[in-house]
Amino acid sequence: MSSDAMAIRTASETGRPWVETLHEWVTTVDHKRLGILYILYALFFLVVAGSEAMIMRIQLMYPHNAFVSPQVFNRMFTMHGTTMVFFVGIPILFGFANYIVPLMIGARDMAFPRLNAFSFWLTAFGGFLLYFSFFGGSGLYGAGSAPDVGWWAYAPLTSRAFSPGHSTDYWTIGLLVAGFGSIGTAINIIATILCMRCPGMKLGRMPLLVWMNLVMSGMVLIAITPLSAAQIMLCVDRYLGGHFFDTQAGGSATLWMHFFWIFGHPEVYILIIPAFAFMSEIVPVFSRKPIFGYPVMVGATVCIGFLSLSVWAHHMFTIGMSSYTNAFFTLTTLAVGIPTGIKIFNWLGTMWGGKIQFKTPMLFCIAFLFQFLIAGLTGIMLGSAAFNWQLSGSYFVVAHFHYTLVGGLLFAIFAAFYYWYPKIIGKMLSEGLGKLHFWLLFIGFHLTFDLMHIPGLLGMPRRIYTYEPGRGWDTWNLLITIGAFIQGIATLVFVANLIISYFKGAKAGSDPWDAWTLEWSVSSPPPSYNFASIPTVASRRPLWDLKHPEDQDGRYE
Amino acid sequence: MANIGSAWGERKRQPAMRENGKTEWAAVVGRAMGILVLLAGILLAAGLCNASPASDNQVPNIFDPRSPNAKSLYHLSNFVLAITGMIFVVVFGLLVYVIVKFRDRTTGAWREPAQVYGSTQIELAWTVIPILIVVVLFLTTARVIHAIQDAPKPAQALSVTVIGHQFWWEFRYPELGVVTANELHLPVSTPTYLKLLSADTDHSFWIPQLAGKTDLIPNRINEMWMEPEQTGTFLGQCAQYCGTQHAKMLLRVSVDSPEDFDIWVRGQKQTALQDQKELAGRHVFESTSCVNCHAVGGTNGTGRFGPDLTHLMSRKTIAAGAARNTHENLRLWIENPDAIKPGSLMPAMKLSDADLDALVRYLETLQ
Repeated sequence: MSSDAMAIRTASETGRPWVETLHEWVTTVDHKRLGILYILYALFFLVVAGSEAMIMRIQLMYPHNAFVSPQVFNRMFTMHGTTMVFFVGIPILFGFANYIVPLMIGARDMAFPRLNAFSFWLTAFGGFLLYFSFFGGSGLYGAGSAPDVGWWAYAPLTSRAFSPGHSTDYWTIGLLVAGFGSIGTAINIIATILCMRCPGMKLGRMPLLVWMNLVMSGMVLIAITPLSAAQIMLCVDRYLGGHFFDTQAGGSATLWMHFFWIFGHPEVYILIIPAFAFMSEIVPVFSRKPIFGYPVMVGATVCIGFLSLSVWAHHMFTIGMSSYTNAFFTLTTLAVGIPTGIKIFNWLGTMWGGKIQFKTPMLFCIAFLFQFLIAGLTGIMLGSAAFNWQLSGSYFVVAHFHYTLVGGLLFAIFAAFYYWYPKIIGKMLSEGLGKLHFWLLFIGFHLTFDLMHIPGLLGMPRRIYTYEPGRGWDTWNLLITIGAFIQGIATLVFVANLIISYFKGAKAGSDPWDAWTLEWSVSSPPPSYNFASIPTVASRRPLWDLKHPEDQDGRYE
Repeated sequence: MANIGSAWGERKRQPAMRENGKTEWAAVVGRAMGILVLLAGILLAAGLCNASPASDNQVPNIFDPRSPNAKSLYHLSNFVLAITGMIFVVVFGLLVYVIVKFRDRTTGAWREPAQVYGSTQIELAWTVIPILIVVVLFLTTARVIHAIQDAPKPAQALSVTVIGHQFWWEFRYPELGVVTANELHLPVSTPTYLKLLSADTDHSFWIPQLAGKTDLIPNRINEMWMEPEQTGTFLGQCAQYCGTQHAKMLLRVSVDSPEDFDIWVRGQKQTALQDQKELAGRHVFESTSCVNCHAVGGTNGTGRFGPDLTHLMSRKTIAAGAARNTHENLRLWIENPDAIKPGSLMPAMKLSDADLDALVRYLETLQ
């Protein structure tokens, strides 16, 4: 992967030794290069964590299958979850934010380029530290082993009594380090958006992608902090004789749950709000209309940001909280559905009356709408505390959040790839391969995750490495695994498309989609300084104004 | 607010490409989605129906409740499903309508569509309607939460203390003086209150047909109740990841008629019959590390880390439901527990064949 990235500049740098190119990439503080590094890093881990998921699916194909041992299976789901959230989701979104936000607001770089590089390398180091556990997990004298405590690592399973050796420490320290990286980048994005906008770009004229990344970064600051605190407390427990979570010495297991989920639930929105951001840029362009209800979209995003801080205990409906607490968190959880619903309606409103063009990015956006709708509705079911007593901890939950994170986030990320790849690389991604990728993924996704709800309703708990035959789960699990393979093939098609189009793709030109935001006003790929002269904008769609001087947007906003 | 876009002749897009791109994507997407939803519905219905043969409750289906509390959860879930189903139909219908109706059909000169920026009335409508739906769902849920969680404990209720262990269940009946493991016996039509504790990590007690799940958390006392309406065996398993063998921490609840339950209780209260013919096996039990973890009434074995074996043979399964309680399985379990349940805390006992046979014969007398 990284060799592709390095090759990007070789056209202008032919004849230079590769070490020099490598050195340039490692020491770069350019927001575009760091964005590419983030994205490639995340893609690498997407393939790794995807392979871990495949191992789990093969194991669960049949009851009493012995493809892997329970120990290995438990490591797989721990590493799959941790990697997908911390080393795929966050980096890939930060990568796009890094690349696009400065271009969209007419800036030449991020506010703090060195902090930007530092944060990326922290995140990168965190990921490699986590994976080093495969070699060093049990300490130098034993065979390595990855952590197997689950991605939310409930106490007291993480205490030394139940997790001897160092595998849990790799998990703790890896996330702590990556967390500092995330905080650095979040500060950077906020500072960039607040201070580096070009003349005329008032807050009310920022593209929605910029708004949503602003909200997302604010949430990162609030959410990662308690997680980091909890990780430090866990280290104190494990090495300095603390008893925060050590139940055998009077510590509290539920304290960890509160700390983790007050991070964990906002985290879900941290991941999905940038997906909303992609939707809000791509849907208008392929509907040929401005976003419907811009102020309401901004308001709904901010509202989701705040509400998401008040819902964490809906992950804990089964821990025996009082009926009033359960009712309160039911209310806050259902309330998040209101601004989210507004967004779905506004995207539909944007498409309404437009001239919709079914290019690959738009296909992914439409699938997003469909799938995110269902994810939201199963979210309502889970949000109802009493119904949750049956659904929580079952495969229904697994289906629900994969609907959000694959059907929602991943589809939106692919839309973003097809949409911005021409800007980043200067070549178009192949539409044919793109549509093949889309339909394979669409079919595989639905085969896997539609059916996955059912064993949950039939009482199948999550995180089990095998199950008893005769409980009505067998056929579903086999079909789910087949779907997973189709998704795997789809991902290979995507990677092939990235590589083939890099060499053979049609030239993109600066504005292949006839779009309206500032990044399309510069060449593809953009020069290292982005803008020869800083632009001035008079509306939310500066390029529309440029193309329609007789009919400018500013009059209607 | 509307602003009609002007014709834009110099738009850099070749007419040929436009024709080409005009495949029936919208229609195809719409149809595919429709078919998928239909299929999912049929599969779901089929799965849930054929999965619930009423006679033996082998499928722990949450939509086949056999206890009043599980039934009120079932009614609530139907209500929530109906409402979300209606939302789905409306929004999905809109989506299909939009992508079919508003796909780009341009054949001649390109014109941008009307540029619409928003509409306060419409946006207000799709804010207020969801708020009303949320209020209704919240009130309905709050009522069920209150009805189940705050139900007063009736005087005649049976009390059971459930203690979660890695990776098995301990059941204690304080009023009856009975201690058993992994297979819970309950009298039919009697409210039973479970006090949930954990000896090590978090666990969760879940018998889908009898009640929603409640976690067992160390240093914390949780409670739940159920009132099984029908005799028979109900299945479930640990629903909170608790370590290596979380998967094989299975649960069986045997709901007995009052007479059968009394017989079972009387059997459990007897001290184990000590068969004089199997003294050799008893000696193996008492002189090896078995007694560190297991108890058998009337012997020096008083360990509490593992299941109480006093009435081992009254149970249908061993290893927390991982294997049926047969001679071969029992022998294999003592010889090499990893063959049945890799990662369980039962160690391989490394006994000689003679000792092993004697021990198994002794255990088989523990009725």
